[in-house]
Amino acid sequence: MGDALLELIDVARYFDVSPPWLDRVLERKDRVVLKAVDGVDLTLLRGETLGLVGESGCGKSTVARLIVGLYTPTRGMIRYDGRVVAGEGAPASPSALRRARHGMQMIFQDPYASLNPRWRVADIVAEPLRALQPDLATAESGRRTAALLEQVGLSPSDSVKYPHQFSGGQRQRISIARALSTKPQLLICDEPTSALDVSVQAQVLNLMRDLQRRMGLTYLFISHNLAVVHHIADRVGVMYLGRIVELARTHTLFATPQHPYTRMLLDAVPDLDMTGKSRTAVAGEVPNPLDPPAGCTFHPRCPYANARCRREIPLLKSARGGLAACHAVEEGRLPAAVPVPM
Amino acid sequence: MTAVAPLLDVRALRVEFPTRRGTLVAVRDVSFAIAPGEVLGVVGESGAGKSLTGAAIIGLIDPPGRIASGEIRLSGRRIDNLPYDVMRKVRGRDIGAVFQDPLTSLNPLYPIGRQLIETIRTHLDLSEQAARKRAMQLLEEVGIPAPARRIDHYPHQFSGGMRQRVVIALALAANPKLVIADEPTTALDVSIQAQIIQLLKRLTREHGTAVMLITHDMGVIAETADRVAVMYAGRIVEIGPVAAVIHRPRHPYTVGLMGSIPSIVEGCERLAQIDGTMPRLTAIPSGCAFHPRCPRSIARCNVDRPELERGGATEAACWNPVPIC
Ligand SMILES: Nc1ncnc2c1ncn2[C@@H]1O[C@H](COP(=O)(O)OP(=O)(O)O)[C@@H](O)[C@H]1O
Ligand SMILES: Nc1ncnc2c1ncn2[C@@H]1O[C@H](COP(=O)(O)OP(=O)(O)O)[C@@H](O)[C@H]1O
Ligand code: SF4
Ligand SMILES: [Mg+2]
Ligand SMILES: [Mg+2]
Repeated sequence: MGDALLELIDVARYFDVSPPWLDRVLERKDRVVLKAVDGVDLTLLRGETLGLVGESGCGKSTVARLIVGLYTPTRGMIRYDGRVVAGEGAPASPSALRRARHGMQMIFQDPYASLNPRWRVADIVAEPLRALQPDLATAESGRRTAALLEQVGLSPSDSVKYPHQFSGGQRQRISIARALSTKPQLLICDEPTSALDVSVQAQVLNLMRDLQRRMGLTYLFISHNLAVVHHIADRVGVMYLGRIVELARTHTLFATPQHPYTRMLLDAVPDLDMTGKSRTAVAGEVPNPLDPPAGCTFHPRCPYANARCRREIPLLKSARGGLAACHAVEEGRLPAAVPVPM
Repeated sequence: MTAVAPLLDVRALRVEFPTRRGTLVAVRDVSFAIAPGEVLGVVGESGAGKSLTGAAIIGLIDPPGRIASGEIRLSGRRIDNLPYDVMRKVRGRDIGAVFQDPLTSLNPLYPIGRQLIETIRTHLDLSEQAARKRAMQLLEEVGIPAPARRIDHYPHQFSGGMRQRVVIALALAANPKLVIADEPTTALDVSIQAQIIQLLKRLTREHGTAVMLITHDMGVIAETADRVAVMYAGRIVEIGPVAAVIHRPRHPYTVGLMGSIPSIVEGCERLAQIDGTMPRLTAIPSGCAFHPRCPRSIARCNVDRPELERGGATEAACWNPVPIC
């Protein structure tokens, strides 16, 4: 672990979700803008796993898609391996962009939707490789595919089969083999195990760990499951309504969470050791992203909110070995985090 | 648990699907009981037969699927062979249901109050006005803010978490003795999940309702259930008090399942891993269905089928269970 492989600087992505133009004119409605991601700063160090957690709709997938170039940012800049790949200063031509992003691959949640059902496994796995080296000999591509399948715990003989012949976990292995085919350094993993049963999830998480060790991979690991992130990540970022509200080393974040939202999330996780114990469920729901609360967007659900919180957006500042965006944390008026019993 | 006559008693339940290539047995020889007011958790991987077991109890198995044999008794009365109309009364009156997707239980075309009142009046002898009052109380009880206004709103006007609260109100409308909750929080966000589980726990405790809580989330079971049944390939492989099953499991599958769950408390390098996958219904192994994946299997495991047998605090169906220490 060491230098930065990926940097997001004040990255934002807004979506125009207005009703069609004519309706707007007729009904005198304004444009509606959804701020899916609104000013995210994030650095991934080479070789680490950065976990990104948060409830659905908080902008995790949008961050992933911004990084791999499926969306362009509304504001801000993304730098990868020393080169700007999105925002001001990014190459204009698609081919130059593709080259700049070389070594970056993405794994999606749904291994059913992300694999072309009409292609054989061999073609699915080799596709990114062929896109990169169109003149690669068929024999060589076949040899590499076989090796990749073995690496992810499948058999080379699986290469002639179709996706529907595999279980969910095996399909996720195929997605991983495909992502690995171009020898990437960075994998953006968007809820890669969320659709899998726990026992299958364990297989995939173990596999991802082994591959990381063997190939020196860097992961951005997105999940809504805190236990999974606790298991896999070196550092964790917590998102709420398009912003990062806390970022810290995994142990620090779970042992002494700072932001009230992080504390709430941790408190909401049922744990095996909690047999019989009941938790304090926190009231409220995630607000409508089209009409986010002013000031700290968490204030309507926060037990520590005051006038400043309702007015002023808190910035991400250093707090107890990590970063937190919370006025109460900054002012030191939060009760010390109750350490989780170890 | 044995002192009290069981509220629900399921004996040797078998659910089959006839197909062109033969009959698939999806639930095989499943027996368990739930005492009045008790929460029984049911866990297992997808396809293990959890939902079908629940559906068999409420009489909602989609044809051509059918209960091929076995008996289901509620308060001593057989309910697996009732005519459709009679069973419909039992459903709602005696057994409430909460499913993963609240929209399967809510009619999108009616205000939620309408549905509540209808359910209440179908099962309880109440005037329209009294039923409306009860509906309002129920909405209040499940934590819908401003029930007087919300009672006339349509399902789509509620968030996912709020909809699930409405479904819980519906399930409890006629004060049933048993609620079957099939993955009631799986589609919800973490913080909302906690609220719903809390709610379900509180209400069923207050009303003395027994719950069959089906979920693949062992954490939810840990803090909610009194006992837990672990299903694998259509059978219960282990059943017992929740703390014993979680902390001192005896069936090798339960051991693997527990080890594969990441924790927010303890860290570990690698999660325990059960290699392979659960068999398809078309290829259930002989003997113990778990034997091809089992680290403890012995010679007879692939020949004879083990039955549930008590040892320590739990019952496990295994020829070579983890010894009790
Ligand atoms: N293409 C899009 N058009 C409009 N809104 C979008 C689009 N993609 C995402 N959103 C909205 O942006 C917010 C963040 O979404 P997403 O990044 O998918 O969140 P997450 O992955 O954390 O669940 C949500 O409110 C979502 O509805
Ligand atoms: N209508 C059906 N036709 C054929 N097989 C079915 C049908 N419904 C369920 N099954 C099969 O029965 C098994 C058990 O299903 P289910 O009870 O839904 O599992 P669980 O709820 O544990 O995930 C699965 O293998 C499933 O494929
Ligand atoms: S019966 Fe045999 S194969 Fe089955 S779980 Fe027990 S030891 Fe393993
Ligand atoms: Mg997402
Ligand atoms: Mg199910």
